[in-house]
Amino acid sequence: MTVVVFFEAGDDLSLQALTLAQSLGEEMRVVQVDGPYAPSAWAKALIDAAGGGDIVGPGSDRGNEVLAHVAAQLDLPFAANVTDVRGDEVTRIRWGGTLLEEARIHAQVRLLTAAPFAFAPSAAPASVETLQPELGDALRVVEHVTPDTGGRVSLADAKVVVSGGRGVGSAEGFAILEELAALLDGAVGCSRVVTSAGWRPHADQVGQTGTKVSPDLYIACGISGATQHIAGCKGAKTLLAINDDPEATIFAHADYAVIGNLHEIVPAITAELRKARGA
Amino acid sequence: VRILCCVKRVPITGGKMVLTDDAQAIQTRHLGFTISPHEECGVEEAVRIVEAQGGEVVALTLGPAEAEEQLRECMALGADRSIHLVSDEEWDAQATAGAIVDAIRSEDPFDLIVFGNESADAGNFQVGIRVAYALGLPVVTGLKGLTVTEGRARCEQELANGRDVWDVPLPAVVTVKEGLNLPRYPSVPAKLRANRKPVDAKPVQLAQPQLEKLRLVVPEGQGKQAEVLGHGPDAAPAIVEVMQKLGVA
Repeated sequence: MTVVVFFEAGDDLSLQALTLAQSLGEEMRVVQVDGPYAPSAWAKALIDAAGGGDIVGPGSDRGNEVLAHVAAQLDLPFAANVTDVRGDEVTRIRWGGTLLEEARIHAQVRLLTAAPFAFAPSAAPASVETLQPELGDALRVVEHVTPDTGGRVSLADAKVVVSGGRGVGSAEGFAILEELAALLDGAVGCSRVVTSAGWRPHADQVGQTGTKVSPDLYIACGISGATQHIAGCKGAKTLLAINDDPEATIFAHADYAVIGNLHEIVPAITAELRKARGA
Repeated sequence: VRILCCVKRVPITGGKMVLTDDAQAIQTRHLGFTISPHEECGVEEAVRIVEAQGGEVVALTLGPAEAEEQLRECMALGADRSIHLVSDEEWDAQATAGAIVDAIRSEDPFDLIVFGNESADAGNFQVGIRVAYALGLPVVTGLKGLTVTEGRARCEQELANGRDVWDVPLPAVVTVKEGLNLPRYPSVPAKLRANRKPVDAKPVQLAQPQLEKLRLVVPEGQGKQAEVLGHGPDAAPAIVEVMQKLGVA
């Protein structure tokens, strides 16, 4: 049997899905789909291409959506966001990756997406087939809106994220985080407590139900470290936590810890950074 | 407008995942419960639509007897009544969709059926889509914007590089994400009213799971030993040194 890989050019998660597909040890067909995004029609095109074989996709919004359409059309199980496959058994993520589930697929066909950052990306494939879906009256996108980021680096792309939680205390309290982030050419993030309180817009939320970030440095200021938040920042290469509670859970996920009042520490970092640059 | 909102009872996990001895579930003895943030926004949006245009909001859950607590939360937000499919078992996505479809078919037709984009716990990303297929309805997922007018819904779907916009005839299924709105804090009178609203509870029999959970595993990395750089503002030079080492200063 062959495995069909749903591929999106320029998408790192698709390169990771390729690694998962290779691990299945079957002949592989890498495909992309042409035309406007229409998940039901795209799913049908993938099913036709697979001819009863496995289908693998990236653990992106679109990857999970298209594979769910495939599963619904075939009435077969779909294991979303797997980190490992052993025959008909998979390991997949729950709770945004803060818990794992081992599960068995009761079907001849495996429908899988690769959990983000669980697999090393493959080299770009030598050739990618292009499928032409039968759009018919399938629901499709009618318009695309590009957000206005005001020239600032986006949270998802930032190399440094300065993030605040309940400990920041107010919307105004974020000014010192803004200043440090600007100096580092980074972005400001926050925890769910902060967006629920209305101190910051939801677009700034890092977490399981917010943005998932993978900066070189994540600075968590006054964030306790609930799994909801950890699910969004565990992709960070280095995590520095600032908290006045030495028992805070965030320290169990941190590479570096600073204990104390963030309202004193954050401005001190900004000042020290300016001093170091002036030297 | 008649809107059905499907929600799921999940534990408020706090800082650390602790499993039961048989590794089949999270140890919840000391935890509270809630509905997923996505679903809370779904209920809020449905209530706003019905407040503006008239109609009815019905909340539905599949879960243990205790999940009535979450239906009361939905009704405190403004849902008019609830359907409770009672089961102590954990269901896979296909079986869950099947039970919800059966429940929907025994009701008058809904204009809009709202799910969270994915549940907070299992994260299968598929129940809403399966329900849409079974009922022959269009479906759009991951909404951060929704406008219902004259039998159509304008749906804004969030992507990494912006938003895709869909124009969908009703009836339809949508799945939503947190950030769609900022849900209200229910008032005390709203909570009291919620206690008097009707809940139609009926037991449901678990179908054989096609994606069968074998066991849960806590991933490594919970319990890192952080290097303490210092206490208070005196730690600033050590922090800047780390930034320089990482090449981000």
